[in-house]
Amino acid sequence: MNTSANRHPMSPSMKMAELLDTDFSLLGVATRLGLHFGFGDATVAEVCQQAGIDPETFLLICRVYAFDGYRPTREALSAAHLLDILKYLHQSHTYYTEMVVPEMAAALENMIRPCAEKQQRVIWKFFADYKEELAKHFAYEEGQVFPYVEAVLNKRSGAPFTIGEYEKNHSNVEEKLEDLKNLVMKYIPVRCNQQEAYKVLFYIYTLEYDLGKHTFIEDDILVPMVGRMENHE
Amino acid sequence: MSKRILIVVPSAIAAKGLEQVFNDLGEFEVCAILRDISGQELRSMAPDVVLVDPCIYDYASRSGVKARIAEYSDAAVIAFAASPMDEDQQRQFDGVIGLMDTPPSIIKKVRAALEDRTEAPKAEGEELSQREKEILICVAKGMLNKEIADLYNISIYTVITHRKNITRKTGIKTVAGLTVYALLNNLIDMNSVE
Repeated sequence: MNTSANRHPMSPSMKMAELLDTDFSLLGVATRLGLHFGFGDATVAEVCQQAGIDPETFLLICRVYAFDGYRPTREALSAAHLLDILKYLHQSHTYYTEMVVPEMAAALENMIRPCAEKQQRVIWKFFADYKEELAKHFAYEEGQVFPYVEAVLNKRSGAPFTIGEYEKNHSNVEEKLEDLKNLVMKYIPVRCNQQEAYKVLFYIYTLEYDLGKHTFIEDDILVPMVGRMENHE
Repeated sequence: MSKRILIVVPSAIAAKGLEQVFNDLGEFEVCAILRDISGQELRSMAPDVVLVDPCIYDYASRSGVKARIAEYSDAAVIAFAASPMDEDQQRQFDGVIGLMDTPPSIIKKVRAALEDRTEAPKAEGEELSQREKEILICVAKGMLNKEIADLYNISIYTVITHRKNITRKTGIKTVAGLTVYALLNNLIDMNSVE
């Protein structure tokens, strides 16, 4: 058993159902990696193996979610499976763009419906621009970064860039989401539908939290792992 | 602009002495000398500093002097302790002046209390100043810092400071977000951004 697993009470021999019960944000990790509910008494190792996922990599991602400020050790990084990390990041993009953002959009549309037409237009445009920027950001990772990582994995040379060029700066999309949060929390017209405003805020916080973890996995797990492969460590 | 000081001290001699200290400088203006004070008076005089002898309140309520005054005024409250005060009583004030304080040390204490007051974090809920609103409008219209600086004849550095304060007060960081803020608050018209 590796050292980080000793430090944190999460191990491959734990029952999967019990692990997920310790922190409900882990539910998202499990679904995105294609683990199927109805676990019975199966252990983390058993469920992961059945789904073709490396259990240690699954637990590594779980720790990022469950322990704030968690930093993986060098050993944990060398033991992790890059393809599983990629799968996780890709599925997260799908979750954001196909679940969270559409739900947020629907709630926002309902929220501003009682407002003056001018106000509706202003708020909707801000959201639409944010959505587009976020989509562009994901498209860049899907189109440039992930294929490059796969190329490195398959030892294909002559790749167009190195992981060091990978855009680490997520700040603009982050700032816009925070602005949206403050606009809804502090400045929307009182006529707005309050139930829907609650939903909008709920999705904003959900996305903000998850994107924070997502960014950490990209910058502090994916990038160093690929960096080492580039240097043939 | 000189800072308005309200002196609430029953001893006429002490009050006279204090007034002298402040009047000599021009930095302060003693707006009144009273022996006692009501909430109404406090509100209408709107002083920047209240210099109060806690002995105007009976002993039991002396630890709540600042709170009483704060109900009617956001002035810095400095105790003029003609008689010794225990530590609990002292702690509530923005400063304590004693009979043994020299004029320079009195001035120093008043200045310090005023400084703390301006730095006090009312932060989040603060209203934008008129100048900040003007600059926000420019930002929302898409003007560059240089253009804003030229328009108002101020340095770029000053524009940046204003923008920092606008973001701190509103919680909005991006230009797009500030534009929405300005429109929702009717600071600009839809037509001026499209």
